[in-house]
Amino acid sequence: MSEIAVDIQDLSKVYRVGVREEQADTLAGAMVSLVTSPIRNFRRLRKLSHLEDRDHAEDVIWALRGVSMSIARGEVVGIIGHNGAGKSTLLKVLSRITAPTEGRVTLHGRVGSLLEVGTGFHGDLTGRENIYMNGAILGMRKREIDRKLDDIIDFAGTGTFVDTPVKRYSSGMTMRLAFAVAAHLDPEILVVDEVLAVGDHAFQQQCLGKMGEIARAGRTVLFVSHNLAAVTALCQRAVLLEHGTTLSQGSVSDVIQQYLTRNADGGQVSLAQREDRKGTGAIRFTSLTFRAPGGTVLDQIPAGADFDIVIDYETRDGAAAERAIFKLGLLDLYERPLATCLSRTSHTETFALPPRGRIVCRIPRLPLVPGRYPFDLWCKLDETVADWLQPAAALEVVSGDFFGTGRLPPRARGDILLDHAWSVEPIAGASDAPKEAS
Amino acid sequence: MSPPTIVIDAEKPRRLVDWRELWEYRDLLWLLVRRDIKVRYAQTVLGFAWAILKPVVTTVLLNFIFNNLAQIDSGDTPYPLFAYAAVVAWTYFAGAFTTATGSLIGNKMLSKVYFPRMIIPVNPVLSNLVDFAIALLMITPYLIIYKTVPSWQIVFLPLLILIMVLTAAGGGMWLSALAVQYRDIKLLVGFAVPLLMYASPVVWPVSLLAEKVPHLRLLIAMNPLVGVIGGFRAALIGATPMPWDLIAVGTLTALALFVSGAIYFRHKERAFADVL
Repeated sequence: MSEIAVDIQDLSKVYRVGVREEQADTLAGAMVSLVTSPIRNFRRLRKLSHLEDRDHAEDVIWALRGVSMSIARGEVVGIIGHNGAGKSTLLKVLSRITAPTEGRVTLHGRVGSLLEVGTGFHGDLTGRENIYMNGAILGMRKREIDRKLDDIIDFAGTGTFVDTPVKRYSSGMTMRLAFAVAAHLDPEILVVDEVLAVGDHAFQQQCLGKMGEIARAGRTVLFVSHNLAAVTALCQRAVLLEHGTTLSQGSVSDVIQQYLTRNADGGQVSLAQREDRKGTGAIRFTSLTFRAPGGTVLDQIPAGADFDIVIDYETRDGAAAERAIFKLGLLDLYERPLATCLSRTSHTETFALPPRGRIVCRIPRLPLVPGRYPFDLWCKLDETVADWLQPAAALEVVSGDFFGTGRLPPRARGDILLDHAWSVEPIAGASDAPKEAS
Repeated sequence: MSPPTIVIDAEKPRRLVDWRELWEYRDLLWLLVRRDIKVRYAQTVLGFAWAILKPVVTTVLLNFIFNNLAQIDSGDTPYPLFAYAAVVAWTYFAGAFTTATGSLIGNKMLSKVYFPRMIIPVNPVLSNLVDFAIALLMITPYLIIYKTVPSWQIVFLPLLILIMVLTAAGGGMWLSALAVQYRDIKLLVGFAVPLLMYASPVVWPVSLLAEKVPHLRLLIAMNPLVGVIGGFRAALIGATPMPWDLIAVGTLTALALFVSGAIYFRHKERAFADVL
């Protein structure tokens, strides 16, 4: 039985959202409201911190409602969910920035929270002074910072600039310094928000690398992210939040699967009503869905995942058709052809089509970086275009663990994920056998 | 060693002031105070000379208006010296109190990281003491010019400073917590602090109270600055006795203000991040 590090019981948090103020539309009304508005304003402002009426008030939102979970010592848990699902609120409660409305959290161990890098940084202070300032804000004692100072400066790579006011730094340098401080905080429980989403790609990778190190060092980590690749690589367990409640928790792959499924508003693209089509109309595509191998409907596809594009069709006259070939042409950001799935090139035979049926195009291990990829779709019967939609729909690729490292290049470096391996070999004459990169 | 256990729930704070936690965060308070001091005059030409310039220029102006024009009687004390002893205390109070009141508004740290919130309004109350100390030393030239020596009563100066600091901290905690929710407070303080100067014996001597409004004397002394400024003059110039009754009344108000301010602040602090 492992020890519990974080115990969350029935946690709820209510926020009051502002109610629209009434506007007077006559001069007399404006005069009256000049007198009465202070009283109204006072009531309105006072209500901001009074939530006794939370169960029936209209102007409140439950950012969290009855959330319970417990996290064992040393566990790395990813928290995923859509915007507004309550992820940030949960982190704010855990970091004691805001108090819960109901329920309780018990934390066993020193908590460090990283909701932002560089909190308390001041441009007029030098790098060194900001390290102390920021470290103290994050909860480090001065002695502790003294001890880690050299490591922090090293990690940040600011070198000789450490005694220069931070306002003379480039923004990248400031960020590296800020992260360096945060990275050297070593609490027993670490709560991290999507701070890593800022900064350039190299910076993000540096952050993720450090996060992995912390996770492997046996600390308890709560990690909120949209970056599914990072969650997959770092976390052992994931929790899916939706509308302030925990929708599911369990293995990372199951929860991510569910997250992607929940994303879909039905997940089906209806094509039956489309008028912008070309071709003879001998057959008509009626709908399109993306499915996981198990049959679950997906709205977004993680990079590296196997999935099917499933196209329902019907023939015009209810008769079967022969010698069909299909094409699905993926486009890039600038709508230039990126890749083509043409049945004539992947299969030597053509297809026979029953009057109503379902065309399935399986794509294993999707080699695309996250982003949106529209695609065209056509079907030819006897070399004549029967139905052609351009674009038919778009593929939403989200981050996934294509390389098994939790890392992906950014889209700016190209759309394609090319599977590859690096190695180093000695030139002939050396004695060692070739070694693979580790 | 067992790790510390932290419980987060919807209950009210258990302790009035969590001293243990404040003590754990003493480095942060100290760094914030130092940052405040350092940054206040960063990239200025005059630097810490500003700490002297403010009370000196104020004294020159007050001397012209209330001595040369209005001819207020400052007793045996030359008016500039009389005014400077008060202006030093007043400048500290006005600066510390006003800054403390606005300290939570626009503070980005509140919504990003946890630390004892009380550090924020207490910080300007402490950091302004540096300016105060510099200005206080600048009374020496005045004393030399007017050939005056501080009386033995100067031993009570630390007590008077303590009352002054408690007042600024208490008021600062009250109003900073209120100002988070009601922005009127910032506007109110902006206009009430200058008025408060005339309610305090900055330009007039405390002896005037006994002369003109004897029955209101102790009521007016509920403003702790009445006793503090009267005491400052007695300690630094020595021409008047310590107004102990005024100081006693003021001390009670200052303590009440400080304790109630701390209670109110603790009561409200959990909602700061939500309301801000």
